[in-house]
This record gives sequence, structure tokens and C-alpha cells, in this order.
Amino acid sequence: MTKGIVTVSLKQNVLDPQGQAVLHSLQTLGFPEAQNVRIGKSIEVWLEESNPQQAESRLQEMCEALLVNSVIEDYRFEIVEV
Amino acid sequence: MRCAVLVFPGSNCDSDLYKAANSVEGLEAEYVWYKSESLDSFDAVLIPGGFSYGDALRVGALAARAPVLKALRGAADSGIRILGICNGFQILTECGLLPGALHRNSGLRFICKTTPLQVVNTDCQFTTGYKKNSVTHIHLPIAHGEGNYTCDSETLRKLEDNGQIVFRYSGNNPNGSVANIAGITNEAGNVLGMMPHPERAMTKWMGSEDGRILFESMRH
Repeated sequence: MTKGIVTVSLKQNVLDPQGQAVLHSLQTLGFPEAQNVRIGKSIEVWLEESNPQQAESRLQEMCEALLVNSVIEDYRFEIVEV
Repeated sequence: MRCAVLVFPGSNCDSDLYKAANSVEGLEAEYVWYKSESLDSFDAVLIPGGFSYGDALRVGALAARAPVLKALRGAADSGIRILGICNGFQILTECGLLPGALHRNSGLRFICKTTPLQVVNTDCQFTTGYKKNSVTHIHLPIAHGEGNYTCDSETLRKLEDNGQIVFRYSGNNPNGSVANIAGITNEAGNVLGMMPHPERAMTKWMGSEDGRILFESMRH
């Protein structure tokens, strides 16, 4: 069994209003060094697949088919053994 | 003209859309469940607003992969009219029948109010009635948290050059959408996605009857 951990983030040129709101809060709380905040998400997928190359290729397909909207999002992932 | 009103788990404007379409002479609406595999007997498809699949993963993402989508793609290719409203618009961008994407309103708030719009293209298959009535500015309700339309500059240029932008917000832009976009069509012009709700503006007592003309235009 392996697990894919996909990290999805908004593309740099897409405005992240949620991140901006959190940035503002951080600065209000006394963290003036906080300069920018971008909020993404993490998706974990457990796979019945022991071959890491095979798992990687299938996970890539999943990202393209559903997990990521390439119009507004970027992603990266790692495969870990579980 | 027989219109399919698609119903996904979590659709909540399906009943409004069904009643709006049926109130227009010449349109006959029928509900079609998201598991249906055929839309062959219909002349138009209406995709309602709501929160399909509870907005899980991304708005419209799971509905855009539902079984009925295969038939919807076939319907789009065949040239029949497809209208997606609010979540319906989100589903159309997620499945790729319309370019771009819809994401969180720039002000983060869910906005529910009547908003002024400019009918930018009165020659498209959904707006000829506005031209006939010499109407270029209308009022329709919006109700969404993720109506912020975005696309890259190349796509925007194509939308503008091809006349695919049908509605723009004419007052303050409520959600931060690129170029004040409120509704667009595909290149062929038979698929329209829009965030405002024409089905909620069918008679005077609703506050506006500007939506009726859109449904009437679909008959021609």
C-alpha cells in the first residue's frame, strides 16, 4: 500500500482573497514580517499499489482527471509507503 | 421545444428553473437525473444553480464528471442550446465546455442581491429577444460565493474577439471577475454559462422580469 500526497495551490497569477484576508489578520496580530499568504489544499490518496513508479503515474492521471483544475491551480505530489 | 433540466445531488434551483421554463409559451421542461445516459429527446438543456455534491473538491468539479456529462457533451457537439446558471456555469467550465474557471469572490462574501448587467452581445442564440426589445441594460439577481470568473489573457482576447462575452456587470463588479464578465458562450455560441439567475426574474413581483426574455429568445 502506498499513499500519494497531492499539494494543490492557486497559480501565482490567480488572486487568492482568502490568503489576503489571512495575511491581514496575521499583520493585525503582530506579525508584520508576514508579507504574503497563499492558501492551498492537501489531498491524500491511499493506493493499492506497491510499485512507486506505477503509483506515481496513476496519481498523475488522477490529478489531471479530477483532483486539479489546471486553469487556476498548480500541484505537486509525493508518494510514501504506508 | 423540449428542455431538459439536469438535477444533480445538491442542485437547488432546479425547481425554479423548471417552473420558469414551463411558464414560457413554447418551452416544455422536464427533469433529468444526473445518472441519465441520454439527452437525445431534448432540444435544449438547462443546468441549474445550487451546490452540486456540496461543492466538494471544487465548485462543479464532481458534477462535471457525472454520468450525464457524456450525453451533455454530445448535445453540445450537436449544436443544441445549453444554458448553465450559477453552479451550472461552474459545471460548464469544470467540464471544459466553456473556457476559464470560477473561484472565490474577491470580497470573500456570499453575495445575494439584484445586480445591473449589460447585455454585451444581443446577437447570440440566447439574447436575440433583448435586441428585438431594444434592451441592453437589465437587472438580474445573483446569489453566489464563487462567481469570480478568471481566465488567461489569451483566452480573454479570444472571448472578446469572438463576441463570446454575453453579459457584463455594469455597476460595481460584485465578485472581481475578469473584465466584469457575468456570462459567456462557447465559440460556437450554443453553450451559455452565466452567474446571474434569469429564472428568478420572470415576473414583476419577483423584482424584475428581465430574465423572461432570455428564455423566450431560446425558442427561435
